[in-house]
Amino acid sequence: MDFIFLQELGYIVAAILFIFGLKMLSKEDTAARGNLVSSVGMLIAVLVTLIKVVDPYLILLAMIIGAGIGSLFALKVKMTSIPEMVALFNGFGGLSSFFLAWSQFINQSNVSFILILTYMTVFIGGVTFSGSLIAFFKLSEILKGSSNLLNNISRWFLVFICFFVLIAIGQVILSSAGLLAINFELIQITFIAFLIASLLAGLAFVVPIGGGDMPVVISLLNSLSGIAAALAGVLLSNTALIVAGCLVGASGLVLTLIMAKSMNRDLYNIFFVGYVSDSNSEEEVTGETKPILAEDTYLIMEAARSVLIVPGYGMAVAQAQHVVKELGDLLEENGCEVSYGIHPVAGRMPGHMNVLLAEANVSYDNLLEPKDVNPKMETIDVVVVIGANDVVNPSATEQPGSPIYGMPIIETHRAKTVIVLKRSMSSGFAGVQNPLFFKENTRMLFGDAKESIAKLVSEFKE
Amino acid sequence: MEIFLLLFFILVLAIFLGLELISKIPSTLHTPLMSGANAISGITLVGALALETGSDLQMILAFSAIVFASINVFGGYLVTNRMLRMFKKK
Repeated sequence: MDFIFLQELGYIVAAILFIFGLKMLSKEDTAARGNLVSSVGMLIAVLVTLIKVVDPYLILLAMIIGAGIGSLFALKVKMTSIPEMVALFNGFGGLSSFFLAWSQFINQSNVSFILILTYMTVFIGGVTFSGSLIAFFKLSEILKGSSNLLNNISRWFLVFICFFVLIAIGQVILSSAGLLAINFELIQITFIAFLIASLLAGLAFVVPIGGGDMPVVISLLNSLSGIAAALAGVLLSNTALIVAGCLVGASGLVLTLIMAKSMNRDLYNIFFVGYVSDSNSEEEVTGETKPILAEDTYLIMEAARSVLIVPGYGMAVAQAQHVVKELGDLLEENGCEVSYGIHPVAGRMPGHMNVLLAEANVSYDNLLEPKDVNPKMETIDVVVVIGANDVVNPSATEQPGSPIYGMPIIETHRAKTVIVLKRSMSSGFAGVQNPLFFKENTRMLFGDAKESIAKLVSEFKE
Repeated sequence: MEIFLLLFFILVLAIFLGLELISKIPSTLHTPLMSGANAISGITLVGALALETGSDLQMILAFSAIVFASINVFGGYLVTNRMLRMFKKK
């Protein structure tokens, strides 16, 4: 049995495992096993490839370096920073496809459609890498804010790059059809320019997109990294790359659409319009906030029969999930009904809050989605908003001119009392003011979420 | 040329399969699924392993491609696993 046969056989097994893995990943009780199944597929694909390689020592060295860095990042990173980690890993996958295509370009001695394929792989791989890098910087808040000038420059620059891409591909098509004299030096120069252009395209693409939309962007970039791998697979005639790449590309696209839908944003808006801060239509929120002390908050909560906890990014930053759970338990002992209202996009990523609360041992059944909790909002005595902002902003239902109008929210403003835990009066990730803070039934408990809740917990214990 | 047609055939089939694979998914699993799929896209590692290392430049490219793809694969699976471990019912 020759090794190519064995290799292809291994790739088929790997592909089947990837398919089952992805399927299992989309159901709650099989998700963990699904990830394991897919990793076994990856192991098989790598092992059968390693049977025959050019320089085993160098390859092993490179793999050990990569595995070391990857594992270190994955295991050491705080749970709160996982979203940006995913973005970074995704970018590296794109970069790898980018290098792959570059290396294949060097091998080519004639001009044909394979060259166009090489260009496409370079482009998608490059956009994935630089785009993911920007997403990483935005999520870790190294890159903050946005300026209209920069956004406009980025958009025009993107148009310019698109023209250049068309010219570069046109050059290859005309040359291969014999309509243009084949000039290898020129093609090489174009290719180098193309490498740079594709990296810049990723920057220009992601820079104007608002931080609140990053999860959808990362999902799309994830889909693109799959497509880059699939194209690289066609270049190298490698079926494992094609199948696995396409699976990720296509399922990633579906996930992107599902996520955009759960935020009530369409893709065109996210990528080409952004959150427009239209100052004309946005009503200036007036009024005063009513601060409250932890001691008084305790009195309100002690008397409450039902409490809803709505966590957001603030809880993640303060690492407050464990004290939140403790508070929830104490409230329950006090005869109070406690539930958690989880907005799908609270935090920096869908499911971010579920991960954190699961870490703190909060039972699954107590986590409610907006559609379950909104209808009974009037019956809830106290809502505790912990560092959430945009997902509880009533502008989304009340102000048609607001940039976030139409986004499904947790309608906490309809509860009897709302207590908002917040560090300061700064606006949320979307940069929109929140009228909830000024409502009659709202009290603001300023300070670090963890400290504030710890105070409440100690009040309860006394 | 024929081999490419066959490869494109596989490509198209795999795309349709991928589109069908995920239809209903609870929002809790959006991030883990994205992360898990991201790890699979590290399959580009398999391509990088088979790269030629004729010239110095190609050697560097192959080496870097393997390093970055390995980060993607190992980091991706481990981070997904870490997330999913927290969902286990206790």
